[in-house]
Amino acid sequence: MRTATPGRIEIAFSGSIASFPLDTQFSVPAKGVAAIFGPPGCGKTAVARCIAGLERLPAGFCAIDGEVWQDETTFRPPHLRPIGYVSQDASLFPHLSVRRNLLYGAPKPKPMPIAFDEVVELLDLAPLLDRSPSHLSGGERQRVAMGRALLSQPRLLVMDEPLAALHSRAKREILPFVERLPEKLALPMIYIGHDMAEIERFADYLVLMERGMVTAAGPLHVLQSDPTLPLATSHEAAISLDAVVSGYDGRYGLLILRLNGARLLVPAPPLAPGVHQRLRIAACDVSVAREAPRAGSILNVFPARIRACLSLGTAEITLVLALGTGGSGAEIMARITRFSFDSLGLKDGMDVFAQLKHISLLSASEPPPQTMSASTPTAEPGQASAAACNEKLGTRGERHHLKPPLLSYHA
Amino acid sequence: MDGFSPEVWQSLGLTIELASVTTVILLIIGTPLAWWLARSKSLWTEAVATIIALPLVLPPTVLGFYLLALLGPNGPVGLLAALWGGRTLAFTFAGLVVGSALSALPLVVQPIRNAFATIGDRPLEIAATLRASPLYAFFTVALPLARPGLLTAAVLGFAHTIGTFGVVLMIGGNIPGRTKVLSAFLFDFVQQSRWREASWLAGAMVMFAVAVVLTLTLIDKYSRRRST
Repeated sequence: MRTATPGRIEIAFSGSIASFPLDTQFSVPAKGVAAIFGPPGCGKTAVARCIAGLERLPAGFCAIDGEVWQDETTFRPPHLRPIGYVSQDASLFPHLSVRRNLLYGAPKPKPMPIAFDEVVELLDLAPLLDRSPSHLSGGERQRVAMGRALLSQPRLLVMDEPLAALHSRAKREILPFVERLPEKLALPMIYIGHDMAEIERFADYLVLMERGMVTAAGPLHVLQSDPTLPLATSHEAAISLDAVVSGYDGRYGLLILRLNGARLLVPAPPLAPGVHQRLRIAACDVSVAREAPRAGSILNVFPARIRACLSLGTAEITLVLALGTGGSGAEIMARITRFSFDSLGLKDGMDVFAQLKHISLLSASEPPPQTMSASTPTAEPGQASAAACNEKLGTRGERHHLKPPLLSYHA
Repeated sequence: MDGFSPEVWQSLGLTIELASVTTVILLIIGTPLAWWLARSKSLWTEAVATIIALPLVLPPTVLGFYLLALLGPNGPVGLLAALWGGRTLAFTFAGLVVGSALSALPLVVQPIRNAFATIGDRPLEIAATLRASPLYAFFTVALPLARPGLLTAAVLGFAHTIGTFGVVLMIGGNIPGRTKVLSAFLFDFVQQSRWREASWLAGAMVMFAVAVVLTLTLIDKYSRRRST
């Protein structure tokens, strides 16, 4: 019999649900955000339903942080699993007000670790509390659904494409709230999505799925640049990295960020030193040079080593580059033309200079303006987020030792 | 209305009592039954649904005949009742309740079953992920969401019992003061060519039916507006 490992989310489901074959196994840390990514209809939702206990596959294993929810002999019914489940359709109870929806799963004896007022503030629900679900917009409903899930005091939050049913404006409106959750609450989260642009913003781990099977699982940035996976060779190839703010150049309005193997300068508003900042470096924003450019406008130029060369159609090539002299730092990607590749005589293992033309700052470390003004100057929220920040530090420290994908099934 | 004899008023009380008791019993029995019919994947559901629907297509006298045979002194239930000194249910108020409940059962079960089926799995699944046990979810989610169906069922059950005639005549025996309901009175009036009383009674029953349906509809509308 399989035993559960503390600190990990261990999933193995095989069988078929409504004649859809599922053969999924992965193991991710029970910390931070693990995203399950795959094309629509690849069985992501089935996995979420199995984790919640809404589907029962006889040959299944599900353990969360050392607690077995399902194995050969056990099957915890859904209402006995400490899960927060948010689905595509918010499924609010139409006969209850927003407030009563929020409190539906909240345990009766107060105080709760995840407090009502905290959730209301986090998701900006105060103006909605006494409304009926039928008078909410799609984005508002989804926020209420998230709050309701959080108030049931879960030990795992599962979000099954919470943004999929929303139009793009509502998506933009709700994404900051989703991004803030893992940061504000020390709660492991499984986020299911088919849009890499969302996942890149806040996921720490990635599980790739295709036709009911897991094709790879591991830290997000490792999978993004894995030459054997389709992410690196897609046109939207990009790397998500977490940098630490180390200073600010007030004269020029440049944020100084430290990354393994590089010190980045990015035009941005100031942030407190030590704050974590999620960066997105798209392959198309990175170019390479054989020699250090002596005079140029690009601020971020670093020595790097070519780790892999991947063809992208006939005209282009994606290079996987490891930053730092000798290539000991973080990996990024560069998309160049085959013409440049040949004329510069580039090859695998060669030392080059990476020029980063553009770096996007993604993470929601900086709270959106409306909560900045709304937050009360008590010590508690600050401490909570500092704790969450430390937690994240732990995850990130550990990540660098996990270079190869944790698991790679059926590749 | 002053023209009615005390017997008619007594009969009116009896009729309303019968309809109320029957409706309450029907809701108590019909709701779990409808829940099972709506949600079970068992093959038995359709067989059971067919049996429940039978009173809709059978002449009420047929149902009354079988009930009489079953509940009467020589029927299995009557014999069973005699074991602990019970009396036969035939020609009693309890017998009337059994008879009218059976004949109105399909009218009560069907709307509730439809209401439960319309809710679907989703709200109950969501309730389960919010730690609601199946029983808690039933009372806090399924029942409130099925309210329109329950209301329809109650109105239909009540109205049908007010108007029930054939079954009641067979099982009740038309005993004044004990089992003689309004519809039986109306029949007697017509038999005796007492047209004036008959038309008053019939008109009163129409008014009553209208009042009941209207009141329930208004209550539902009001409570729904208040809850939103």
